Amino acid sequence: MKLSVWTYEGPPHVGAMRVATAMTGLHYVLHAPQGDTYADLLFTMIERRNHRPPVSYTTFQARDLGADTAGLFKTACTDAVARFNPQAIIVGASCTAELIQDDPGGMAETMDLGIPVIPLELPSYQRKECFGADETFYQVVKALSAPQDRTPRITANILGGTALGFRHRDDIREITGLLADLGIEVNVCAPLGATPADIARMPAAHFNVLLYPETGETAARYLERDHGQPYTRAIPIGVGATRDFIAEVQKITGLTTQPDTSALRMPWWSSSVDSTYLTGKRVFLFGDATHVMAMARVARDEMGFEVAGMGCYNREFARPMRAMAKDYGVEALISDDYLEVEQTIERLAPEMILGTQMERHIGKRLGIPCAVISSPVHVQDFPARYSPVMGFEGANVLFDTLVHPLVMGLEEHLLAMFREDFEFHDDAGASHHGGHARRPAAPETPAEPAAQEADTAQRESTVEVVWLPAAEKELKKIPFFVRGKAKRNTESFAAQKGVQEISVDTLYEAKAHYAR
Amino acid sequence: MTHSPTPSAGGCRSTPVLKERGQREVFCGLTGIVWLHRKMQDAFFLVVGSRTCAHLLQSAAGVMIFAEPRFGTAILEEQDLAGMADANAELDREVERLLARRPDIRQLFLVGSCPSEVIKLDLARASERLSQRFAPRVRVLNYSGSGIETTFTEGEDACLASMVPVLPQTDARELLVVGALPDVVEDQMVGMLEAMGVGPIGLLPSRKIGDETAIGPNTVYALAQPFLAETHAALGRRGARHLPAPFPFGEEGTTAWLAAIAEEFGVSREVFDAVTEAPRARARKAVAAATETLSGKSVFFFPDSQLEIPLARFLTRECGMTAVEVGSPYIHEAIMGPELDLLPNGPRIAEGQDVDKQLDRARADRPDLTICGLGLANPLEAEGLTTKWAIELVFTPVHFYEQAGDLAALFARPMRRKAALRLEAAE
Repeated sequence: MKLSVWTYEGPPHVGAMRVATAMTGLHYVLHAPQGDTYADLLFTMIERRNHRPPVSYTTFQARDLGADTAGLFKTACTDAVARFNPQAIIVGASCTAELIQDDPGGMAETMDLGIPVIPLELPSYQRKECFGADETFYQVVKALSAPQDRTPRITANILGGTALGFRHRDDIREITGLLADLGIEVNVCAPLGATPADIARMPAAHFNVLLYPETGETAARYLERDHGQPYTRAIPIGVGATRDFIAEVQKITGLTTQPDTSALRMPWWSSSVDSTYLTGKRVFLFGDATHVMAMARVARDEMGFEVAGMGCYNREFARPMRAMAKDYGVEALISDDYLEVEQTIERLAPEMILGTQMERHIGKRLGIPCAVISSPVHVQDFPARYSPVMGFEGANVLFDTLVHPLVMGLEEHLLAMFREDFEFHDDAGASHHGGHARRPAAPETPAEPAAQEADTAQRESTVEVVWLPAAEKELKKIPFFVRGKAKRNTESFAAQKGVQEISVDTLYEAKAHYAR
Repeated sequence: MTHSPTPSAGGCRSTPVLKERGQREVFCGLTGIVWLHRKMQDAFFLVVGSRTCAHLLQSAAGVMIFAEPRFGTAILEEQDLAGMADANAELDREVERLLARRPDIRQLFLVGSCPSEVIKLDLARASERLSQRFAPRVRVLNYSGSGIETTFTEGEDACLASMVPVLPQTDARELLVVGALPDVVEDQMVGMLEAMGVGPIGLLPSRKIGDETAIGPNTVYALAQPFLAETHAALGRRGARHLPAPFPFGEEGTTAWLAAIAEEFGVSREVFDAVTEAPRARARKAVAAATETLSGKSVFFFPDSQLEIPLARFLTRECGMTAVEVGSPYIHEAIMGPELDLLPNGPRIAEGQDVDKQLDRARADRPDLTICGLGLANPLEAEGLTTKWAIELVFTPVHFYEQAGDLAALFARPMRRKAALRLEAAE
């Protein structure tokens, strides 16, 4: 057992729902108790869908146990096929039904429903939502795709887009446009927008574009292995990665047309002088591995930030995440425990967080600006306006997203200049930050004793150092949004030097030491 | 006393109830935790369940999840399913860790879920064991909020019923008001009853464990919420006596509810009128503002909270609406009788659900306003029906006089919005 309040991922059958809801003509019969329909509202509310997810629940109750839950399941299958007339159905069990050991797949296959029946095995007590989506999509592709000739023109499938995906709708439109620029048509985009009939003609494409490894990698591997379709590895988030993606596509296809970059403003925006203050801003990244790894590159190489830490909640991608973190000189945090994430953020004291909905709230609590870059996200991150994060327009969107939470350059300069002014005093706060609700930037007490890792930075910051009154007064003159960093740097500098008492001199020696 | 309202058009008590089974689009009882933990300030609700349970609570609690809430889920993992002996040790360890971290917790509820019920994890014995271990600082109780046993608000019922057997014993004549109400509403209610000289008044649940009321054969109790069948039965077993009444929604419902208590405690007509006259006038006036929008319109209730019948009564009698179908997850005759008497004859009364069939009926009826859950609301809006999402009626202060106008406005707002928007049809 593990005590949990907040979960980054739902159970695997929610992943299966994300695939079913993304598609049309596919119905999901889910053996589940009353109440599991709560997941419908993720789609109708957060994603604002105008129809019910194509899911039938058997809704067994206590009195059905030991009697006829299998009969309920069969009735639900028959009713669903009669009412919704799907081209194919997927069948499976939720966590409770997994325990009562009816066999949905076996039962549905014996029913002769006249359409393909795809059974799902989703181990609810070991795996989670992304696995559920990935596995379901793979099973659907495996069951329905048929060997066939390639299309006469060069075409590609786009893999991995699902319902409830962070910006999937607009990413796919952006990448479809980019492929068109390169002279490539999209054969099938799946699961998002596809029907079972579309899945059947996926092997006609020349190659696959894998946009979301979390939800499409197993299917991509299957199509490569069984249908000889190569798939792209570069995730086109950010300018550099988009260019890598284009190069990869050109290598696969032999085409050399260059895409239209006339609307790509991000590189100039980032080079312009107002962006200079972004240099070396320390950011912490957390989310799903794909978005974090892509955004780490954007943060360091395209925004000029310093990556202070990175991590992901999906264990499946721990290995590449660790490798990348090593390249960036930081340690990867692989955890689905938000308390651990919070402790890490507190310890690293970054100036900005790029994360999920949860990190947005951690940022709020700690007074650190945050931008959302990954699922899980709330309703405001399913915007009405066009907002991809992939491709060239995606890069433009990302620049705005990453800059807005930070105080603008000129504003920051003015705030620093007038820091003693009555309007810009210590507790006024910047208007962006929710001002008065702000907690002190650096906590008085050291972090939780639980974090007793062999981490030097951690040890240094917990060494007993005393601030002399004059130094403390001087510290208060530093603008609040950099004061936490100044305090931390000074304390670790003092600890390194074996200094027990911090004077004004120590403060400025540390400042000189860390100058860049 | 002559404040009891008269049944109209024969009432609905003898209307045959359409009982349905099939797919249900409802929450399970775990959802009750989301508002119960706000009310009971020293209680922690520990669900023993799966990742699905944690995900449900997260979805239902919305942003509340970030406010260090006093609930959580002990997520069953694969090794917990393999051997049963281990599960108890695991639970003890998690509880110990939790109570060490949250020393402010005085009562802990172990809340059963579908997975824990199916594997027959004995939470009753676990709560006894843990109660002994952490006595006297912490009291540990258990109840089931599983979907296989409870629907939405029935979670509160199961929780309160678990508390009844451990309430202290008394022979004093006391009034007990049962059902979690928002603090502001509770204060208004207590204020009015005290002004009539009724007392002492106990509340279940109380805000803190130390405020808990005693109970015994001279206790009389009134239900402030309609979904308390189990608690009703448990109170009966302790010898307390129920005061049947309509539920305090709208001016009429509130007056009838207060009148039932006033009568029991021998409050004179003059005192009753003196206390209620001004708020009654205010309530009528506030409701009238929304009635302009609601009058003459039809309403269809999907089952959700068991509040449907009293709310249909309020909307038909005080706001001039016509009920087409009133669905409820469960209809308890003894509790709902006074309400059914008042509800004008005409609507279909449905208990249980087969959601696709019920949707077909709603589409055929084309009601002016449909009360339903969030899984159905946007899809029905897209079909051109106007909806009011039901869960808000459980979280928002809607009981008693001062909230009567707000209650009517909750139903009027979507209709006013529909009339105000001049947009092309939604995508």
